[in-house]
Amino acid sequence: MNNFQNRWTRDEMAQRVAQDIYEGAYVNLGIGLPTKVANYLPADKEVLLHSENGILGMGPSPEPDKIDPELINAGKEPVTLLEGGSFFHHGDSFGMIRGKHIDICVLGAFQVSKNGDLANWSTGAPNAIPAVGGAMDLAVGAKKIFVMMDYLTKKGESKMVSECTYPLTAINCVDRVYSDMAILDITNEGVKVIQSAVPFEQLQEMTPFELIKAY
Amino acid sequence: MIDKTKEGLEEVLSKIYDDSTIMLGGFGLAGQPTELIDGLINSGAKNLTIINNNAGNGEIGLAALLKQKRVKKIICSFPRQSDSYVFDELYISGEIEFELVPQGNLAARIQAAGSGLGAIFVPTGYGTLLAKGKETREINGRQYVLEYPISADFALIKAYKADRWGNLSYRKTARNFGPIMATAAKNTIVQVKEIVPLGEIDPEHIITPGIYVKNVIKI
Repeated sequence: MNNFQNRWTRDEMAQRVAQDIYEGAYVNLGIGLPTKVANYLPADKEVLLHSENGILGMGPSPEPDKIDPELINAGKEPVTLLEGGSFFHHGDSFGMIRGKHIDICVLGAFQVSKNGDLANWSTGAPNAIPAVGGAMDLAVGAKKIFVMMDYLTKKGESKMVSECTYPLTAINCVDRVYSDMAILDITNEGVKVIQSAVPFEQLQEMTPFELIKAY
Repeated sequence: MIDKTKEGLEEVLSKIYDDSTIMLGGFGLAGQPTELIDGLINSGAKNLTIINNNAGNGEIGLAALLKQKRVKKIICSFPRQSDSYVFDELYISGEIEFELVPQGNLAARIQAAGSGLGAIFVPTGYGTLLAKGKETREINGRQYVLEYPISADFALIKAYKADRWGNLSYRKTARNFGPIMATAAKNTIVQVKEIVPLGEIDPEHIITPGIYVKNVIKI
């Protein structure tokens, strides 16, 4: 029997996402938590990582003496290029995104609604500097949107919501949520829990809408 | 004989006039035309509209231009950085106009201007605050937002190699906004690391054909 202490760590979440990334996939990993997924992609699967600033076939961070300030990722950190990788300009890079060529994009989130609306760019706080980057383009453009987030806010409120209260990034775009407590699929029939680290009843109690047990 | 290469950075940048709209290439430090931006600061041009992915870091480059209150408006996708305090203060005190544009829309609108389109329907931003008040349309079952081109009087960009016709090749992720901004400005000014004889850049590797470039300066 699971209990609250069995929540998945961030590395376990990343590992779990990596398991669902298939050979041959073109994948964009959002800034922050999703970046961790790269550490768990098995070496025997060929997966091509895309970075919005114009890379396909992005490799791991370089050794300190191999850092090239002109080879960075969307988070502006130094990276490398795999053999067979390519560079292109911002127009092509976002054309690739909007044109539905990216198979999977993994994003962080403040809130996900039961119909798959995503809020991940602004908390709407007064005086906050609004910044959106490529989040809205990725959310509407990738074939599948995976979200990685904690199930609860620091105050203990569910980040799975009936309707987002934060400004939206895109409507009806999220396919699957990987959280520290459960993995959920957003479907036309409703939100299905496909795996849970806590008892289903406990998860349901924390969630403001009805969940479907599917494991 | 066509020769777009110039010796004097100051002279080229002295053509930038007050109230002009300027695109600045670069994503973070990669592809940032640092010396051209410093030259722009020295030129004294003011009341500028700046188009860049970000809104400056620390107190150098674009941030220095902002600090001197020479920018009336900035169009960008991601102003918030750990050290973007110059922009942050101007924004909070209402001393700068600011248009937030999703990064892909920024690129697409620049490309629209460069390729002579009147407007574009984009899926990005539909149903969000950033599409508020904008025309929308359903096309083949998908929702789109009408967005207008972004053009400029000047583009300041960084490339790797150029020849005297203004053909450009770039280096790694320093390419970013350079090739598309070059198409959308009346006067594209490029800083390069190397100027090579005509024919030396493999024609298959020319990313920006010289037709888009007016001035090339070796830094």
